[in-house]
Amino acid sequence: MVVFEKPKALTDAPLHYCPGCTHGIIHRLVAEAIDELGIQGRTIGVAPVGCSVFAYNYFDVDMVQAAHGRAPAVATGVKRSDPNNIVFTYQGDGDLAAIGTAETVHSAARGENITVIFVNNAIYGMTGGQMAPTTLPGQVTQTSPYGRDVEKVGYPVKVCEMLSQIDGAYYLERVAVNNVKNVKKAKAAIKKAFRNQIDGKGFSLVEVISTCPTNWGKSPVDALAWVDEKMIPYYPLGVYKDKDGATNE
Amino acid sequence: MGEKVLMKGNEAMAEAAIMAGCHHYFGYPITPQTEVAAYMSKRLPKIDGGVFLQAESEIAAINMVIGVASTGKRVMTSSSSPGISLKSEGISYLAGCDLPALIVNVQRGGPGLGGIQPSQSDYFQATRGSGHGDYHMIVLAPASVQEMVNLTFKGFDLADKYRMTSMILADGTMGQMMEPVSLELGEVKNYDKSWALTGTKLERKPNIVNSLFLKPDELEVFNFNRFDRYKTIEENEVMYEEYKMEDAEICIVAFGVAARVSQNAIDAARAKGIKVGMIRPITLWPFPKKPLLAAADKVKAFVSVELNMGQMKEDIELATRCKKPVLLANRTGGMIPTVENILAKIDEADKI
Amino acid sequence: MNKQILIAGFGGQGILFSGKFLAYEGLIDNKEVSWLPSYGPEMRGGTANCSIILSDTKIGSPIVDNPDILIAMNAPSLDKYENAVTAGGEIYIDSSLIEKKVNRNDVNAYYIPATKLASDNGLSGLANIIMIGLMIKKSGIVPCENIEKAMKKVVSAKRPELFELNIRAIELGYNYEEA
Repeated sequence: MVVFEKPKALTDAPLHYCPGCTHGIIHRLVAEAIDELGIQGRTIGVAPVGCSVFAYNYFDVDMVQAAHGRAPAVATGVKRSDPNNIVFTYQGDGDLAAIGTAETVHSAARGENITVIFVNNAIYGMTGGQMAPTTLPGQVTQTSPYGRDVEKVGYPVKVCEMLSQIDGAYYLERVAVNNVKNVKKAKAAIKKAFRNQIDGKGFSLVEVISTCPTNWGKSPVDALAWVDEKMIPYYPLGVYKDKDGATNE
Repeated sequence: MGEKVLMKGNEAMAEAAIMAGCHHYFGYPITPQTEVAAYMSKRLPKIDGGVFLQAESEIAAINMVIGVASTGKRVMTSSSSPGISLKSEGISYLAGCDLPALIVNVQRGGPGLGGIQPSQSDYFQATRGSGHGDYHMIVLAPASVQEMVNLTFKGFDLADKYRMTSMILADGTMGQMMEPVSLELGEVKNYDKSWALTGTKLERKPNIVNSLFLKPDELEVFNFNRFDRYKTIEENEVMYEEYKMEDAEICIVAFGVAARVSQNAIDAARAKGIKVGMIRPITLWPFPKKPLLAAADKVKAFVSVELNMGQMKEDIELATRCKKPVLLANRTGGMIPTVENILAKIDEADKI
Repeated sequence: MNKQILIAGFGGQGILFSGKFLAYEGLIDNKEVSWLPSYGPEMRGGTANCSIILSDTKIGSPIVDNPDILIAMNAPSLDKYENAVTAGGEIYIDSSLIEKKVNRNDVNAYYIPATKLASDNGLSGLANIIMIGLMIKKSGIVPCENIEKAMKKVVSAKRPELFELNIRAIELGYNYEEA
């Protein structure tokens, strides 16, 4: 009896992510959603620049790799070329909330019928741990060696809160994957974000609070705990917008 | 031949693009090419599956172009000089991903915000790639509204044939002027696009459109292969036109509106008894090196007529291996060389 | 035959429209034609001009530096282009907007109070076309029998009433006799 299988929407390529990084979990949740919704044959993914740049090797669907920050614009083109296809972007915090802020905001404003998976780990991982737009106040990184000084470099960008003010956005939810309960909620949110697209509802974004043990300088277990202690208090989980009805309490 | 209609260059080009099967347009307003966007916004929504979208930026527009191009459909964007600088990131990615697309640059004076009057000062930018990395675009330089039409149609064909970007390098004059045009353009040729992202339908392995190759030996192979393709293009796709070159002792080299003014100057010089002719490059990349080299054995001098500080002059010197002097008759900043400007250089060349 | 025409005035006087009409006249008459407007912010209420060339042979430069025919719809345009007109050329002047006279002896100057004629005849905004009517008569560069055909090309099919008004304006200019 098979009790555990690799989702069909993932290839056999071994993931290159660091030990304890939760990208792997998030990849799996996306792939499971694709499998369960039966859309693998018509799904096209857009990979970002950042740690998940190689997403095109891991998802067993047609993929295009976008320039840094431009994934929502590329996805707009792919989706509008054939609206029957299911198009998702998979982006990190630097990609989505710094260099690609304009593309993010305006694809939401247009109500672009795409699914955005936003992985927020508060740091630039691929380039070796620099300050991200979502780096917490006081957080030490390679380019904020004395801790993020909000007086000098400003505050983190809260993406779900910001996008919730945009009329075009249909569904915005922030989730985490640092424990089983949260993973289950994350899975439901990601699946909903894809189902919204199938139903033609419009722009859906799931912000997933993720970890970066390597650049946070923590063990994988400590990193998961740090999500609860530091990240979630600053980035509260929940639904920020849902035109279906539910909202954040 | 159908009835000719009077059309503005920008609008005629847009209609030609639609006739070439380009039903997706992404742009951002900038003078002097906004008519292209305005025309597309009227026409495309009436075409089944047609998409016109005004993007939030030039950067977003070119990335939307990448999105459609990766699905194998014909797609274009248009802009003017400062906007092309912004698009150049995406143009490099188009090259790196071997995606076909058509990009229009209706040039204006630069650098910086520059001006809005006609210019050819993006010659280097267009013929040397425009963004980062080792690559070329096919660069087409129309000198009439009819050529705006024909080269747009041709540009899409070449882009598909060689899986690369074609650029229409026009100027404000070509975009704004009206001339009679025929829109009978023939059949659209279809090329193999089995690489396109259409969804696997669970019938094939995923297609990946990508420009990232972290292993240098892999990237090198891609670049070598791409330049092998460029060599084929240089052999087969050069376009140029000769004007009164049979007995010419001086050869003008000019493209776009500069070639139009040069025609008047050549006629005026010949009326004075000076034997002048012209080689007009229609493709700026690939550059018509062979006819220029051949001309270098016949004429005593070249005169490059340009709306810039002499960017094409360098290519003429390279193509002719500096066998004969190359003089420059140029205006810049949005000014167009006058017949008198060109005649003065012809006189100078005649004394050589 | 190669006739270089420059129409100049304020933005909003229908400079480009009248140029387009002339270009269609040339096209119907099997001429090579080009039409080139000035463009940019100056078009929004500032000065506007339009170069039209009608020729039996392939047209080189579409830019008219030295017009054979100048139609001046305001004083700054006359000041700017009067000396550029070729010797033996023609200058048409809207005398209801331009008080001064042409200073040159080697050109033919025609004065017509086009703006006043337009408002007196219920043709407001069509001074440009009245001037074109006179120019067609005096210059003979295009045959008058194609006027209606060319006008149909430039007047929007959605505004058929404008067609009649424009034809009346052409006739008014065509039949104008200088006092």
